[in-house]
Amino acid sequence: MGSLNTAAAQGGRGQGASVLQASLRSRAEHYFRHHREMARDALRRLADTPFSSLLTTLVLAISLALPTGLFSVLKNLQTVAAGWTDEQVKVSVFLKKDLKDSDIERLYHQLLKREDVMQAELISRSQALAEFKKWSGFSNVLEGLDENPLPAVLVVQPRDVSVNGAKALRDALGALPQSDSVQLDTEWIQRLQAMVALMQRLVGAFALALAVTVLLVIGNTIRLAIEGRRDEIVVVKLVGGTNAFVRRPFLYTGLWYGFAGAFLALAMVESLTAWLRTPARELAQLYGSDFVLQGLSLSEGGIVFTVGVMLGLLGAMLAVRQHLRAIEPHGSI
Amino acid sequence: MCNRFRANKKGRRNVIVFNAVSKRYENGREALANLDFEMQTGEFAFITGHSGAGKSTVLKLLTVIERPSSGEVFCAGDSLRRLRNREIPYYRRKLGMVFQNHQLLFDRSVFDNVALPLVIAGYSTYDINRRVRAALDKVGLLGKERLSPLQLSGGEQQRVGIARAVVNKPPVLLADEPTGNLDPELSAEIMGLFYQFSQVGVTVLVATHDLGLISRYDHRLLTLHEGRLVEDYQETSEYESGFEEARDHDFEDELDVAHTTGEV
Repeated sequence: MGSLNTAAAQGGRGQGASVLQASLRSRAEHYFRHHREMARDALRRLADTPFSSLLTTLVLAISLALPTGLFSVLKNLQTVAAGWTDEQVKVSVFLKKDLKDSDIERLYHQLLKREDVMQAELISRSQALAEFKKWSGFSNVLEGLDENPLPAVLVVQPRDVSVNGAKALRDALGALPQSDSVQLDTEWIQRLQAMVALMQRLVGAFALALAVTVLLVIGNTIRLAIEGRRDEIVVVKLVGGTNAFVRRPFLYTGLWYGFAGAFLALAMVESLTAWLRTPARELAQLYGSDFVLQGLSLSEGGIVFTVGVMLGLLGAMLAVRQHLRAIEPHGSI
Repeated sequence: MCNRFRANKKGRRNVIVFNAVSKRYENGREALANLDFEMQTGEFAFITGHSGAGKSTVLKLLTVIERPSSGEVFCAGDSLRRLRNREIPYYRRKLGMVFQNHQLLFDRSVFDNVALPLVIAGYSTYDINRRVRAALDKVGLLGKERLSPLQLSGGEQQRVGIARAVVNKPPVLLADEPTGNLDPELSAEIMGLFYQFSQVGVTVLVATHDLGLISRYDHRLLTLHEGRLVEDYQETSEYESGFEEARDHDFEDELDVAHTTGEV
């Protein structure tokens, strides 16, 4: 059989009708040139339909920006939860509203003398109201009220900052006749930490769902691109184009979408961070924290970018795998 | 079987071999039954028959769009039955294909259309420029490479298709109704081109049911009827009987049927 083929091959190349063979070097150069050309061609095709390309990119960007943004929020919450220092373990004592200012003053000085109290701060009813007006934006509503609805608060810092020590102080202060209610701020921190743990999982699930969305959006876009170039694919296959050759422009299309989507997503998250930075700092100051809203670090941005590009490429690969095989030149003869 | 590949008396070798080839489609239709024929280097042949006679199937087997149900097809040194799917593109690069509907890409220039097989095969820009110009020169379209195929007449479009088919000097040229929509003068021009290629060693197989066209040339004529080779007219033997045979099948009527059903 082997000799058969050789003979037929010789027959095929007889009398000057030899198939031109591209040299290895020429083919290697061609390979990279073709990649460059396909990358450029894919980009040009996207630019040729700016509206639909932009819409697709926006969908991708939002799908990438949502989990990225949530991750960013989570990261900042973790900073808040973890950065809570001993000085910030505080018991807030909300005092009964019928107490006179002099009684409150006396209580404050009593507290300062206690063994288990490190420090205390008094926020009078009028101070509380002034701060609330300043920060809540409800000043007009408060104007309409006949009396100040806010209680005076004593913020007490325990000497023993362990959970048990703080709880003991909370219970002791709660037993005071002047106290309406007490709150240990570490509880708030514990709750925050539990919430962060929960949110981490939620963001993970959310990111997974949106990654699938990105894959589907890119897959569908590539599917339409393949349909639109069906005739061309048939011709290319008929004149000896390999599957890799036919695939290439679509993979680049996916890559560009991933690239543009990730870039836009990062821009969205960064501008949102910048927009929230000032109000976040003011909020932090209210809690006596020098917390600053953190944007994405360079490596986090790099990860988001890589994931976006990879999803674009993967979506294109899946679509190409699914739809390109179905296009064979059956009907062309 | 090995005899088929030995040089014949003219010192030529077989380029295309159909050896007891049958093709049954999935819908049960038997398109080819036990077909045997060979073509040598530089040979020019017409293959004819009414719609459904099997000439499209012959081309589909040669382009590996379909595989034979039984028997062996050899072309340009490859056993097409044993060719792996990933080898098909490389095999197809040894074929020149000319289609009835040209199969040109209208969003590209004439130059880019003709260059496509060379781009796919990985030629340098220099070689591509040189070869595309040579091919366009051959079909008389040099100077129109920047145009879109849409700006060309039907005959010119067909010639772009021919230039694309021969641009990488394939040993085999297959043409499917290449003169389907052209007037006799243009048809003659295109047949002249094909004949020139055969003269430089290209094996040319032209599928057509244009009997008027066939009758104007004294070339080999393979006539298929219901998937069987009913006549293999050689250019040196009795031409008339071949023509009579063809007329017996009443091609004129079937031509009309083919046109109305849009079949090739």
